[in-house]
Amino acid sequence: METKFIELFKEVLELEDKNVNLTDEFRQYDEWDSLVYLSIIAMLDDEYDIVIETDEFKKILTVGDLMEEVKKRTSK
Amino acid sequence: MAFQTIPNVIISGIAACVPKNIEKNIDSSLFSNLDDATKFIKSTGIVEKRTVSDDLTSSDLCYYAAEKLISNLNWGKEDIDCLIFITQTPDFIVPATSCILQNRLGLSKECHAFDVTLGCSAWVYGLSIMGSLISSGNFKKGLLLVGETTTKTKSKQDKSTYPLFGDAGSATAIEFSPGSSGFKVHSGTDGSKFSAINIPDGGFRSQTNLNSLDMVKFEEGVVRNKLQYIMDGAAVFTFTITTVPKSITLLMEKSQVENENIDFLLLHQANKMIVDKVSSKLKFEEERVPTSYEKFGNTSCSSIPLTMVHKISSHLRTKKLNLIACGFGSGLSWATAYFETKNIICPDLIEV
Repeated sequence: METKFIELFKEVLELEDKNVNLTDEFRQYDEWDSLVYLSIIAMLDDEYDIVIETDEFKKILTVGDLMEEVKKRTSK
Repeated sequence: MAFQTIPNVIISGIAACVPKNIEKNIDSSLFSNLDDATKFIKSTGIVEKRTVSDDLTSSDLCYYAAEKLISNLNWGKEDIDCLIFITQTPDFIVPATSCILQNRLGLSKECHAFDVTLGCSAWVYGLSIMGSLISSGNFKKGLLLVGETTTKTKSKQDKSTYPLFGDAGSATAIEFSPGSSGFKVHSGTDGSKFSAINIPDGGFRSQTNLNSLDMVKFEEGVVRNKLQYIMDGAAVFTFTITTVPKSITLLMEKSQVENENIDFLLLHQANKMIVDKVSSKLKFEEERVPTSYEKFGNTSCSSIPLTMVHKISSHLRTKKLNLIACGFGSGLSWATAYFETKNIICPDLIEV
């Protein structure tokens, strides 16, 4: 789960050749913008069949938080 | 469930009108560099759009579309007994623009005319409203005028809205036709998210005041005042990819129509991401999902009729088609219709 999630996440942000840590606050990446956010929403829907409402998403700060949220929602 | 079956009506013709002026996103000063602009165009698919000059309104664009359509249909103006104008950019706060259009088009004073305020769900809602009024045979010929000069509501310094939108107007002729299968419609509303697409001031909840015109910077490239349009793109995207496929699937089930029997899926042209996502979820291949966002941007309520005129007019003129149309946007509001057309009148796109 973790490797696949990180791969997908890096692909959306076009961070393939960089290191991504679970503690990274993804909104701080230079690559983060509103279009990338939309691509993340689309990726979560495509790959995991989940949609995180914007109010919920605001509370998610790090790559690890996002992965945990995905885990929580897909295990239901 | 908000399902309607509206028999005994047909669409007889569709026309669309856009302003001549083209703005290309690659030239936009809103993007900090060429890379940013290219990335925006690649994601949204919006290469260019049409924008009105200050003196052109939504009703002007609809007027030109209507004149051309009435003339090509050979309709007598005295026979048009119903006119509905749907927009979020009317000529005036008072009166209803439909009254002005009744006179300008030279329609009879025996004409039932009113305005409706809706955004991107407007055209499909219009089919259901006009269809219901005509279905009984009380009215025989109706003009549904749907248009928006949406760029007038956007801040030119707001990259989260301005580059996405374009201006357009449309006219759809709807006629009483006893025995026709008519329109099947599913609609829905979620007002809890109304602020996702909003112009804060200028109505009567928060009237225009001395601070309404203050330009406020929200982030780099996002500067606007309170008389200008706000869109929470992520909230709208999240809503769309969940709600829209559901509405279309529900209507198809209810109407007992299979995917392979639909000739074209006509989606509101929000942008490439949304159109692609909804089409792939519903398993409609590209060829059956005509688009207009590339050349016209998101034209709000006009986007479905504009797409029909822009991309499938030759099919509309010469064939019998099974169509699904779905509009979704401000409100939040959405509506899906299933209907047939056969050899309808569809003039070439009008440019003014």
